[in-house]
Amino acid sequence: MGSLKIENVKKAFGPVEVLKGIDLEVTDGEFVVFVGPSGCGKSTLLRVIAGLEDSTAGRVVIDGADVSATPPAKRGIAMVFQTYALYPHLTVKNNMGLGLKQAGTPAAEIDRRIGIASSMLSLEPYLERRPAELSGGQRQRVAIGRAVVREPKLFLFDEPLSNLDAALRVNTRLEIAQLHRRLKATMIYVTHDQVEAMTLADKIVVLNAGRIEQIGGPMELYNSPANEFVAGFIGSPKMNFIDGGRLGEIAKTIGVRPEHLTVDPKSGRWKGTVVHAEHLGADTNLYLDCEKAGLITVRIFGVYDAEPGATLYATPDPARTYRFGADGKTMK
Amino acid sequence: MSTATRSLPRTIGAHAILLTYTAIALFPVILVILNSFKSRAGIFGAPLTPPTPGTFDLIGYTTVIGQGDFIHYFQNSLVVTVASLFFVLLFGAMAAFALSEYRFRGNSMMGLYLALGIMIPIRLGTVAILQLMVASGLVNTLTALILVYTAQGLPLAVFILSEFMKQVSDDLKNAGRIDGLSEYTIFFRLVLPLVRPSMATVAVFTMIPIWNDLWFPLILAPSEETKTVTLGAQLFLGQFVTNWNAILAALSLAIMPVLILYVIFSRQLIRGITSGAVK
Repeated sequence: MGSLKIENVKKAFGPVEVLKGIDLEVTDGEFVVFVGPSGCGKSTLLRVIAGLEDSTAGRVVIDGADVSATPPAKRGIAMVFQTYALYPHLTVKNNMGLGLKQAGTPAAEIDRRIGIASSMLSLEPYLERRPAELSGGQRQRVAIGRAVVREPKLFLFDEPLSNLDAALRVNTRLEIAQLHRRLKATMIYVTHDQVEAMTLADKIVVLNAGRIEQIGGPMELYNSPANEFVAGFIGSPKMNFIDGGRLGEIAKTIGVRPEHLTVDPKSGRWKGTVVHAEHLGADTNLYLDCEKAGLITVRIFGVYDAEPGATLYATPDPARTYRFGADGKTMK
Repeated sequence: MSTATRSLPRTIGAHAILLTYTAIALFPVILVILNSFKSRAGIFGAPLTPPTPGTFDLIGYTTVIGQGDFIHYFQNSLVVTVASLFFVLLFGAMAAFALSEYRFRGNSMMGLYLALGIMIPIRLGTVAILQLMVASGLVNTLTALILVYTAQGLPLAVFILSEFMKQVSDDLKNAGRIDGLSEYTIFFRLVLPLVRPSMATVAVFTMIPIWNDLWFPLILAPSEETKTVTLGAQLFLGQFVTNWNAILAALSLAIMPVLILYVIFSRQLIRGITSGAVK
């Protein structure tokens, strides 16, 4: 009741190839996040699934039926957009009900579903308002409500939190996670923010330059990235990459996450000077300019007093050091 | 008293320039209206003074209303202007939507072709248009004028509207598609209300030349039945004697409808002109 299969989907705009052959399977009830830098093709892939763009090659299969030639309204999907995309001339209630009305659903049924969705998203006081009279967070909840009332096989989210401020983003993220738990629906979510990906996903699809780099659960991607790109993209602050040659290693590049480094003022593997320290309270980020390793970031949990210019020794955790070959792949 | 953004001399300078311009622009209009309320001797004796009890005379208006069938001419002008305006806006907006929304081969060539009319005056084709109208039996009908004016207004309408339509959010149109709205519903219900200010801009730019035109009514529809106001006013322009009272009265009356339409559109118009500039 909500599976998706993508077979060798390609998309080109003129000579520019945006998707270079994507294969993906999503099982019923999964929360899948497409993540990648801007221009990697994640939004285009979502649009191909929605039917808003035609793929140049390949098939999109929803619930066992090939929908490659089906218009968006008949695919059994609902989409939430970054810019909310509410109909400015309709009230919240009519915004949510329009899709069902177009599909010829009886009015009583539409009212029932709007009732459920609006209580779920606490939108009841606003049902008679127009989008212009709502705040950003409320608008995005209406947009989510509009998707919920359609009871779709697939929910598609296109960077739904990007237009919200930081505090609201965390709240809405939580709401989406709860919504998924309650509806047990299949959801596909596009974002460029790896924090959203890590916190929401059952399964993360990392895209880069029109190809899938790796598919896996959040911890799988964090603990065993398939290649240098995934290792650098997942985790914040970013993983330190050090030229293997400078350290006398066989591997082309050595990767250590900032949180897997320890510092000591007296002794350690890499001697360095503190360039800058960021005190966040719960943790401290130190930027060290090391003689051997170059500029690296160290994340220390808790408060750590270090003045710029001080000398510190950084030591990586040998069990959590990654080695990447010349082709960028992780060496076992 | 001066602040960071405005200083007194500069404000005075700007207002002086604007007031001078306003005076120059309004002078002929006011002169026409003032003189339309004067007797013939008053017009020629002191053309620049307002009507005094001695020179005040409504003879112009009584002539216009009594002699020519002016109500009918007004009706013709209104029918032609409103109908042309309607078609220009409808077809212009539809063409603009297609050009801005759909990717198809020759899209930009088509846009250029549709905009070409801005640079080529339609009057160059008068002879061919007349032949066409004679052949299709449309001479001396209002339809002929409406067709010509629609053609005349379309290039600018397509050009301006397609720029504005490009700014309408793609997400909104896509949301409509996912909700199962047809392309026509998306166009009429979602896109058109959002480009209303630019539609008003186009409406004003289209309306004024149509209302004021003398050329095509004279050539294509000079019959008594189809005369427009501007053509009707020519009635009082004789080769030897010109009835200035009547002409000035007719022109004063002709300003009214277009002024009313302008006031209706003008609030939208200002938004239309400035909306591209900020944000």
